[in-house]
This record gives sequence, structure tokens and C-alpha cells, in this order.
Amino acid sequence: MAADTILEIENIEVIYNKSVQVLRGLSLRVPRGQVVTLLGSNGAGKSTTLKAISRLLSLENGELTSGRILFDGQDTAGEEPHQLVRRGLFHVMEGRRVFGDLTVEENLTAATFALSGRGVKHSGFDQVYSYFPRLHERRHARAGYLSGGEQQMLAIGRALIAQPALILLDEPSLGLSPRLVEEIFTIIARINRETGVSMLLVEQNAAVAFAIAHYGYIMETGKIQLDGPTARLMADQDVREFYLGHAGHGGERSYRDIKHYKRRKRWLS
Amino acid sequence: MTDLLFLLEVSLAGLGSGALLSLTALAFVLIYKATRVINLAVGEILMLGSYLFFAFAAGMGLSVWLALPLAVAGGALTGAVVERGLIRPMLGESPISVFMVTVGLGSVLIGLVELIWGTDPRSLPPFIANTPVFLGEAYVSRKILVAFLVAAAVMAAFMLLFRYWRGGVALRATATDQAAAYSCGINVPGVFSAAWTVGCGIAAGAGVLLGAIGGISPSMGVFGLSALVVVIVGGLDSILGALIGGLALGLIQSWAGTYLGGEYQGVVTFGLLIVALMVRPYGLFGTHEIERL
Repeated sequence: MAADTILEIENIEVIYNKSVQVLRGLSLRVPRGQVVTLLGSNGAGKSTTLKAISRLLSLENGELTSGRILFDGQDTAGEEPHQLVRRGLFHVMEGRRVFGDLTVEENLTAATFALSGRGVKHSGFDQVYSYFPRLHERRHARAGYLSGGEQQMLAIGRALIAQPALILLDEPSLGLSPRLVEEIFTIIARINRETGVSMLLVEQNAAVAFAIAHYGYIMETGKIQLDGPTARLMADQDVREFYLGHAGHGGERSYRDIKHYKRRKRWLS
Repeated sequence: MTDLLFLLEVSLAGLGSGALLSLTALAFVLIYKATRVINLAVGEILMLGSYLFFAFAAGMGLSVWLALPLAVAGGALTGAVVERGLIRPMLGESPISVFMVTVGLGSVLIGLVELIWGTDPRSLPPFIANTPVFLGEAYVSRKILVAFLVAAAVMAAFMLLFRYWRGGVALRATATDQAAAYSCGINVPGVFSAAWTVGCGIAAGAGVLLGAIGGISPSMGVFGLSALVVVIVGGLDSILGALIGGLALGLIQSWAGTYLGGEYQGVVTFGLLIVALMVRPYGLFGTHEIERL
């Protein structure tokens, strides 16, 4: 494996409750220092992919039944989730998942456990507060009382505290106003540029994801259907139509076209 | 005037046994907070702790100041072994199954103690002087005062640890959201193990104090039921609730025992539980979404 690859997934399959197969031979690669986005519709298995990588799958009765995942050149099989975090793989989960009873500062303190055994001297609270001044203003507030946008900032702030090599971001745009989405994605892009941390970004909002990603994968029902550099994907006629919402042949789409949409989409799966 | 003095003395005694209730309740709270398991065997761990102290101090003739930490360590070790061997394999099972495991564990511990030490009540070698203490004019048993001070110190230490120590943050984070705690690099199984170890150690220590006051017997684990009332009334996941609930229940039991008669203690205790559950099902200080058993 090339030394410039931080994450490599080879043909993984995931089964929930020993009965429902969600991933069917999915492969992807995240080059070091880049933002890679993983797009797909509801239920395609995007979040499952991230949980398989961070090994949080076992908490939901999911199991990686075949294939392998290499993080920083090492197979992650058999590792406890918290050990992976301490090795530099941080998963920002869907729905923000801040500790509501804890203050903002305590939430960040919780993330300092990711630094255990790494010999890191200072924890980067200042860095978090400089990216997200709002968090500094509200550092003594209970996280449960923050707005959705502030909670997302806190979730990303926790990741920064952990000083990871790779951040898995699960739908940071979820439930946020367009203005906030833009603000947060601008900061995500800045974090990637300034700290060099690699990111695997799962999104439903393809437009914002393409705006900051270098490379993209599109998945349908448990495997990758299409991948390429962002620019190429954005130019792709079908991606434009199905994910970016541009009409295929000019003009607004009407409901009549939905049939056509379904027919066209079939090639993907 | 003498009536008032008598009331004061009864109240002080009540606060003393209330502090022990708080301490035992703290064991419930610690374990519940981290693992969402109601450990019904806390009372029996407490009993085991007092018997361990008895074995070390009376049986082996060790100094009480060595026997006490050994008894606490023995309780803690039992907690660690139980968590690793019985509770962790049950992870993900329904709460009622785990609850039943702890009920069974309680019976096993009682049986074990009866096998080793017999069923007769015994008294611990005295390590707190019998001379009473006078607070102003009020008479207080020295044992009860010592128990109160120790319990208060331990409770205060835990409240401070929870607020200011990083490990306290880890435990509260785990209590709020296990998956998110994992994702922050917190060793969640380690937190479970620590909570059981420390919780059972506290219960064993409370057992030594309780045994010093009232003697020990294999059935003294019933005290754990009163402590369970405390945590249910105070809120299963609240240390503050354990503290206030324990003191309050101690006072009420003492008043009921003195003015109504000893047979009313149980009635009042569990009557209080029913009323509290009707008014605030999640406890006075607890988090609202509490798992139902």
C-alpha cells in the first residue's frame, strides 16, 4: 500500500443482527491530507461504512464479515474503538451526539482521552476556540442547550482536540440552515487545509460536499457505483441530475419526470 | 425543653444512619450511572465487606487499620470480578436479565458467607470508642458520629471528583452516550470496570461502618433495600440525590422508629417510596429518561 494512503477499505461486507446485509463488497481509499466524500441516498450504507471503519459497529449488533480495513497501513481488525481513536482515527457521528449534560468545556475534556498514551503535552482547546469562537463564548453552557449549529461545531471541536490523522464526518449538514451549513463547511475546509488532517465526509448534500472534497465516491445499496475526482463527478451528467438536482436537459423538472428518474437511476444499482 | 433535646438526639442518630444510607446509595448510583445496571447485590457486597473485616480483624488478628482497607479492597475486587465475569457478558441483554443476575449474585453471596461464618450474628472487634460525644447538650454515639463524618467525607470527595476530575468527565460522558464516549477515545469497558470496582469497594466500607454500629449477620444486606429506596427516591443517577435522600430517609426512619415504634420503620420507608414514585417517577434529582424495569 502506498505510504500516502491513510485509509484503505477492501471489499468489506457488513451484516446487522446476523441477518441484514448492508455493505456488499465496498472498497474505497482516502489519500493522506485529502478530503474524500462518500455520497449516496438514504439507506445506501454510508453511516454503516463509517461505523465499520471506527469499529463502533459492534455496539449496534453489526459485524464485519469479510474484507479488510487498513488505517495508516495497519489492519484494524480486533481493535477496540477507543484504541483506534487513540491511534488517530476520529469519528464524528451522525446527529452530533454531544454529551448534553456536560458543559462545552467538559465535552472537549472528554475528547482529551483520545490523547492518552500519545505523549501529547498540551491539549488544543485554544485551537478549537479559534476555529469556533462561538464555543468559547458558550464554554460553560451545557451542551444540551446549544443550538444545532453550535452542537455540530462542538462535535467537530472534539475531533480537533483528539489531533487525529483522519476524521470521519457523518453528515455535518444534517438539520442545519443553509447559511450555517456554508459556515461549517468553510471551517471544515480550513481545518483540512491548515492542519493537513485527512477527512472522509459522508453527505446527502452533494453540492456542499463537492465544494470541499478532492475526490468522491457514490454508493448505492452497499457498494460503490461511481468514483472520481470531484471535478469529473460534478461534470457527470447523471451525477448532476440525481445528486446535484440540475435538470438533465434544461428547465425545471416536473413530477412527470420522476418515472424517468427511476428508470435512469437503475443503471446505478 | 427535654423533649426538644430528645428530638435533637433522635435526629442526630437518624442523620448518622442516614449518612450510611447515602454511602450505600452512592454505590448504587456509581454502578447505575456507568453501566445502567441496578446492582441489587450492593447490600450483599456490603455484608461481605463487614465479614471480610471480621475475618481480617478478629480471625487473623490484624490491626483494624489494616483490616479496614483490606475489607474495602476485598469488596472492590469482588466488584471487579463480578463485572468482568457476570455483567460484561450480559452486555446488550435486556435490563431485567442483568438485574436478575445481580439478584442471584446476592443470594449466592449470602450462602457463601453462611457457609464460611455461619448464620449467627456476630459483633466486630471494637475500633471506635464507646464513649459518647456531646454536641452542646445533645448526646451522640461516637460510632454514629464517626460513620457520619466518614460518609460525608467520601460523598464530598466523589462530588468534587465528578465535577473536576477528568475521570469523572469520562464517567458522565459514558453515562450520557456510550457510543459517543467510545468515539472520544474513552475506554468504555474500563469505565464500567472502574465503576463496579469503586462502587463495591464503597459498599464494603459502608458495611464495616454499619457492622461497627449494629453488629454483623448474613441478613444485614437488607440494609441495601433501604439504600435502594434512597436511590429510587433521589434519582438513580444522582449523587446529590443519594446524599440528600439518604440523610432524609435516615431522619424519617429514626423519627418513625422512636415516635411510632420500630415496626413502623419499614412501613414508612416503603410508603415514602410509593409516594415519591407517584409524584416524580424519575426521582427527585434524577434524569428524566430512566429505564423502566
